[in-house]
Amino acid sequence: MKEKTKALKAAFPHTIPVFTGFTFLGIAYGILMNSKGYGTGWTVLMSFMAFAGSAQYVAITFLTSIFNPILALLMTLMINARHLFYGISMLDKYKDTGKLKPYLIFGLCDETFSIICSAKPPEGVSRNWFYFFITLLDHSYWVLGSAIGGLLGSMVSFNTKGLDFVLTALFVVIFVGQWKTQKDHKPAIIGVLCSIICLVVFGQSNFIIPTMIAILTVLTISRKEYVVEKELTEGRVQ
Amino acid sequence: MTLTPVQTITIICMVTIGTMITRFLPFLVFQGTKLNNSYISYLGQVLPYSVIGLLVVYCLKSLNFKSPTYWIPEAIAIICIIALHYWKENSLLSIGVGTVIYMLLVQFVF
Repeated sequence: MKEKTKALKAAFPHTIPVFTGFTFLGIAYGILMNSKGYGTGWTVLMSFMAFAGSAQYVAITFLTSIFNPILALLMTLMINARHLFYGISMLDKYKDTGKLKPYLIFGLCDETFSIICSAKPPEGVSRNWFYFFITLLDHSYWVLGSAIGGLLGSMVSFNTKGLDFVLTALFVVIFVGQWKTQKDHKPAIIGVLCSIICLVVFGQSNFIIPTMIAILTVLTISRKEYVVEKELTEGRVQ
Repeated sequence: MTLTPVQTITIICMVTIGTMITRFLPFLVFQGTKLNNSYISYLGQVLPYSVIGLLVVYCLKSLNFKSPTYWIPEAIAIICIIALHYWKENSLLSIGVGTVIYMLLVQFVF
């Protein structure tokens, strides 16, 4: 038990930005669902099961038009295709997580991924439980935010315009943090450039999949260089 | 509600299944693959950096350079975040200040 409490305490501070972002985005989602005639129960069920912000927002279209489950599935696969990359990046970190593994993979959303990418558990804290609580807290914030939003309905009157920027800010901070700690900036630059080029070429609703293909291609081509450089630096150390 | 409860549950399940396929597939495909010294291990090392770059661009995808209203608040806020993060290196501070600056800009200035 003590081990878990320690991991929870270590995990919580890392999730505060997500708490802000998810509460707001969750509330907005709940309000939106409510305005389409879907009560808190539906909103909470969706947030609990799918736990995928952007896909859930898009799914509102499928809840308010002609019943088309196949299109809903295909759209979700497209929007969430970026999660394939998260999985590949986490293969190593999650390999010895035992019984927690299915839940860790279930909850690997953008924000959880970005935190686990950069956050390291303090000494003496179980790595697996640390990852588990980051995932669980993020999941709870999302469900809680959706529930509050569903209950508030249209009663909200304060000006929250621009609050959703908190998630952009989170990603920018992680990007800067990685930039400072990593000597090799090539992967980061490849990510940004491929995304911008594909955004310009394919437009904002269709650029994710072309970007993923572009990133994979460029990373694969530059792999030889990477391996040679790595051998050189390692050789020098010895 | 446009759909019946059964139809709604079906859509919720579709969104869930779609999401879970994208999250579980890499772990199922590469189960048991030796991770050391392989192409996948290389991808695992470099992809996180590329993907965060993609996420930043993804968040900013609706910027519109035709009108200053649709990119200057973002630009100012991001410059502040980068500067503040280089200076203080405190994630919460950078995120909080950046978001407040952005909110003030879109609510009162632009």
